[in-house]
Amino acid sequence: MKALAPYLKSEDLPLFWCAGCGNGIILASILRTFSALELAPKDIVVSTGIGCWGKADDYLKTNSIHGTHGRALPFATGIKAANDDLTVLALMGDGDCATIGGNHFLHAARRNIDVTAIVSNNFNYGMTGGQYSATTPPHSYTSTSVYGNPEGVFDLCEVGQAAGATFVARGTVYHANQLEGLITDAVRHRGFSLVEVFSSCPVYFGRYNERPSPVEMMKYWQSRAVPVQRYRKMDEDSRVDRVPIGVFHRDDRPDFNTRYRDIRARARERMEGRG
Amino acid sequence: MPSTRERRFMQGNEAVLEGALAAGARFFAGYPITPSSEIAQAASVRLPALGGTYLQMEDELASMAAVVGAALAGEKSFTATSGPGVSLMQENLGVAIMAEVPCVVVDVQRSGPSTGLATKPAQADTMQARWGSHGDHSAIVLAPSSVQECFDLTVRAFNLAEQYRHPVYLLSDEIVGHMRESVTLPEADEVDIITRRKPDVDPADYRPHDWESDGVTPPLAPFGSEYIYHANSSMHDDTGFPNADPENARRVISHLHDKIEKAVDDIADYELVGPEDPDVIIVTYGCTARTAEQLVLDQPVNGCRVSLLVMRSLWPFPDAAFAEIRAGGIPVVVAEMNLGQMVREVSRVMGPDYPCHSLTKSNGIPISPREMAAFIEEEVL
Repeated sequence: MKALAPYLKSEDLPLFWCAGCGNGIILASILRTFSALELAPKDIVVSTGIGCWGKADDYLKTNSIHGTHGRALPFATGIKAANDDLTVLALMGDGDCATIGGNHFLHAARRNIDVTAIVSNNFNYGMTGGQYSATTPPHSYTSTSVYGNPEGVFDLCEVGQAAGATFVARGTVYHANQLEGLITDAVRHRGFSLVEVFSSCPVYFGRYNERPSPVEMMKYWQSRAVPVQRYRKMDEDSRVDRVPIGVFHRDDRPDFNTRYRDIRARARERMEGRG
Repeated sequence: MPSTRERRFMQGNEAVLEGALAAGARFFAGYPITPSSEIAQAASVRLPALGGTYLQMEDELASMAAVVGAALAGEKSFTATSGPGVSLMQENLGVAIMAEVPCVVVDVQRSGPSTGLATKPAQADTMQARWGSHGDHSAIVLAPSSVQECFDLTVRAFNLAEQYRHPVYLLSDEIVGHMRESVTLPEADEVDIITRRKPDVDPADYRPHDWESDGVTPPLAPFGSEYIYHANSSMHDDTGFPNADPENARRVISHLHDKIEKAVDDIADYELVGPEDPDVIIVTYGCTARTAEQLVLDQPVNGCRVSLLVMRSLWPFPDAAFAEIRAGGIPVVVAEMNLGQMVREVSRVMGPDYPCHSLTKSNGIPISPREMAAFIEEEVL
């Protein structure tokens, strides 16, 4: 706790999230990453969206921009492109990242801007009363899918990798120790990095889907999550009701700012040549 | 004339970019749209050579967000678009308003609604620029009618943005943006620029939204300085952290509105062109001001003397300019390329019984001097 003091507005505790919400675990993992990497709060900018997880910046002693629903990534992109020295994180829920802000997610990944996206995926819109999002599993129940969800899902990690993210990982709020490592690796990675966190929302998603207690939600991830290395060796039948966690993808394609430094050099040469 | 000044022949949109660079802008984020694209193209060529950044975003929502982000990181930043793009920018423009982030939005207007006549001029974003984005707020909107003004007013837009920590519109149009004229570009040291102040208090005492203690614009620390800062689209207090207290909300909303409305005398920019004792005054702005100039040259028009009130700032609305005209009782014609947006505001100041005529046109074709002369003959005399 003491090591987190430079980053946490402890005077505002307790957290306003519901009992059993996974967001506190994710926030603590992020703070431990800051501490482990010995980042100065002044060098960190956290861009948040709107929703339960969008309130995370209220507890931070770092810089932050609390903007609009789904747009945490473009705010973060402007910040990082303008000042490469900053460590920039975008905190988004599944509504923010996979649904209303899906376009920005694709393009931030494609652009490979050096921003770390931490997605708290609780499979529904908690803040507005538990409606279905683009990650709500088919047939599951929410306040706007009381007969079952008719839509399909985005697998954020697959989408992110396909779009060009150069670091892609998934963790859960049950696997807290692993989560801190994933977030630390993501922040250290140069380029667009995604850490999707399967979170728990007992109050809405859990209550609608027969997992109404925090413990049941935790047990759910304990029993379902499989390390990705093992998952990849499993046959199709064994993969039913299992989800892979860990680092899915990593490559060292140059990030946007590195490439743009070349653009600046070329532009200068061209202008000087023109005399 | 000072020999240091450079005389150039260029397009309005190019002059906007020159103005932005002269004002110190080093960051552009945008999405291509006719008739503004020349600004983006010129920005993509010039900014990287100056160490700046051109970001082509995935849409206008992202563009406006990136502009705000870069401004918070310490850059003077801007975007350029047209009506449909402005519609998409409105939500994140609200972030700039609420979090008091200086930036400039260039709107090169085209004919709507919707995709409309995408390559034809209009002045129908006059009210969108004032009221676009939800919630109570005010607006600073400048409207150039010449290529020279594209340069001069762009510089001023950046200065007003810094002074009031507010997003400022440069409301151009297809005609002004695409026409070519001679302009005089001043030397860098001849341009008055407001540079963003850095805070000098103890970091623990930094209050990014405290307008009251010093009575001047509170400095906006760039992200990365020792002044750690929260920019917040939610209701917040002087610290930037959320505060839902009704009295705080009342104070903040009033402040965001009043800091601009009460500064109207400082912001207002208009000029009476033509005889000082006219029989009729044409109130106009942007491209329509240029066609109206012909009437001043053609005096007398149908036997009457015509003057123009050319508005270079549209919002906050300069009531005082019209109060003077009202005292003289001279009939006014408000000429604009829309179905009558600014005339509502002029009528509000003039009152219900005043001879205030609305000359409108909304088909993508500018109002010709001949149409103005005919309107005066038929409706005013």
